[in-house]
Amino acid sequence: MNWLETLRAGADAIRSHRLRSMLTMLGIVIGISSVILTVGLGQGAQDKVKSQISALGSNLLIVSPGSTTSSSGVRGGFGSASTLTLQDAEAIADPTVAPDVEGVAAQSSSNAELVNGTTNWTTSLVGTTTTWPQVRKRTLAAGRFFTDSEVSSGAHVVVLGSDTASELFTGPVSPVGQTVTVEGTPLTVIGVLSSSGASSSGTSEDDQAVMPMTTEKRITGSTSASVSTIYVEARSGQVLSAAYQEITSLLDNLHDVTASTADFSISSQQSLVATANATNKTMTVLLAGIAAISLLVGGIGVMNIMLVSVTERIREIGLRKALGAAPKVIRRQFLVEASLLGLAGGLVGVVIAIGGAQVLPGLINQPVSLSVVATAGAILTSLVLGIGFGVYPASRAARLTPIDALRSE
Amino acid sequence: MSSAPSASTAVVELSGVRKVYRSGSIEFEALRGIDMRIEQGEYVAVVGPSGSGKSTLMNLLGCLDNPSEGHYLLGGEDVSAMSEAQLAHVRNRRIGFVFQQFHLLASLSAWRNVELPLIYAGVSRAERRQRAVRALERVGLGDRTENRPGELSGGQQQRVAVARALVTEPDIILADEPTGNLDSASTEAVLGLLDELHESGRTIVLITHEHDVAARAQRNLVIHDGEITSDALVAGGAAR
Repeated sequence: MNWLETLRAGADAIRSHRLRSMLTMLGIVIGISSVILTVGLGQGAQDKVKSQISALGSNLLIVSPGSTTSSSGVRGGFGSASTLTLQDAEAIADPTVAPDVEGVAAQSSSNAELVNGTTNWTTSLVGTTTTWPQVRKRTLAAGRFFTDSEVSSGAHVVVLGSDTASELFTGPVSPVGQTVTVEGTPLTVIGVLSSSGASSSGTSEDDQAVMPMTTEKRITGSTSASVSTIYVEARSGQVLSAAYQEITSLLDNLHDVTASTADFSISSQQSLVATANATNKTMTVLLAGIAAISLLVGGIGVMNIMLVSVTERIREIGLRKALGAAPKVIRRQFLVEASLLGLAGGLVGVVIAIGGAQVLPGLINQPVSLSVVATAGAILTSLVLGIGFGVYPASRAARLTPIDALRSE
Repeated sequence: MSSAPSASTAVVELSGVRKVYRSGSIEFEALRGIDMRIEQGEYVAVVGPSGSGKSTLMNLLGCLDNPSEGHYLLGGEDVSAMSEAQLAHVRNRRIGFVFQQFHLLASLSAWRNVELPLIYAGVSRAERRQRAVRALERVGLGDRTENRPGELSGGQQQRVAVARALVTEPDIILADEPTGNLDSASTEAVLGLLDELHESGRTIVLITHEHDVAARAQRNLVIHDGEITSDALVAGGAAR
């Protein structure tokens, strides 16, 4: 009996027990489709983070006050010191000192309540300079950004984040030209930022009120020249570490510190990408692990049904043996049947996963990117499961003696 | 027990065959030294009450089991110590089975039931179909080739089983209580078919406990307590 005949006999046997075959495949179908989908979701999440970060600027360096590790081993938190000043930012912007720096935007932040008539909204005030949109890769949805002269004069103007604008101005009227009051100071809204869709360190990039640093200092009553963050844009991603070195040595000189006593720290978006990807990978491995367990359960289901099938068809096996089927032929027949069940389940699972990948993003707002390798792997796995869990039932069928098999009722 | 090779045309030759079943410390001797020969073209009925050892003998003759002792030459080939795989091959080539319960596969049509032994013999699909249909025509079911067993009467099903036994042109046809599940009309049809096969030169071994069925054969072997107690030609049996 050649392989083609065996394959045909296997397909016949599966077809003649349609319902049972479908129920058997169900475990494999669910397992395969959930493995493909979870891996796809994980990949999708990684792609999403990557694109968000690159939208923020992959060549961005963030200079924060406070050192990453103090001599006592205690990490200096964000804003725990106010050692960075506007002068530091201006020094970094000097192209002769830091040639690999494209742009610099210092920013000082505080929280305050914005009032528009009876509506109020607490958000973060960002005081900065005119280079901010370029360095932070932000664009305006409406209006304009403030100018250098507005910065030097401390003009009462503000640019709102898209979420902030929609919280304060609910009507159809454009916020541009309207007035919001902060700590008793009326500010004219001159622009609204486009949504970035991204968030960093827990605060939404779309919920903030950006204004000239001089204005922000006046409102908060601060007289110091300190800033909370200096954003530095390197000329390209390739010179990121060169820019990092330049800024480090410049600030070491200005602050008269060494690497061990540094009162500032520099981080990059790339380190955030690495962290986010590591988190995603952990989640993906976890979920895929759970899905793999369901696949295993599906495989055991195949074995269970194949054993039932051997018992149920004991007379058929006896007859085939009496008519001249050698034990290895019987073993092969049951093995082929189990593999076909596994493979068919795997193929249906792949189809469902592909369908799910079309539907799911709309339901849970998460992208799913299916990989060819994972899909091919899943099909192969389903085949291996079928064979693996078919071996035992098949060898049991092969071991039956024809006399006993024929006698059984 | 003669050790010299037989010069005759014996299809079946048993010498000193014993079969002992062991269950723990209990031994049961189902066959106690059987010597018998069946010549080419004979129609033999093995008769005996249940428990006499005739089922054991049938299993040995059908190469479904090995004897504990003694030798069994089937078509001149010693099959007494063959492995399971070798026996499967011998069954496929030399023996056509007809069972009491028909043992047809319900999911397959008549001709696909008949072709089963040819599949294991490695015959091509086209030739299988041709030979299966011819065998069905031979048993008078040429118009039922596409029917499944469920759509056939008991007598017709047993005739499909006879066609399956014939299709490989075996050395012997081994019929185990072939009429045990049939009414008298179907019994007559199946026995008539066996008579016809005998007349055309087939070697047939029929196992039965019914004496009127055994009377259709040419020769009766009576088995009792694992021994052959009588071996006689039947007067008025099938045409000699």
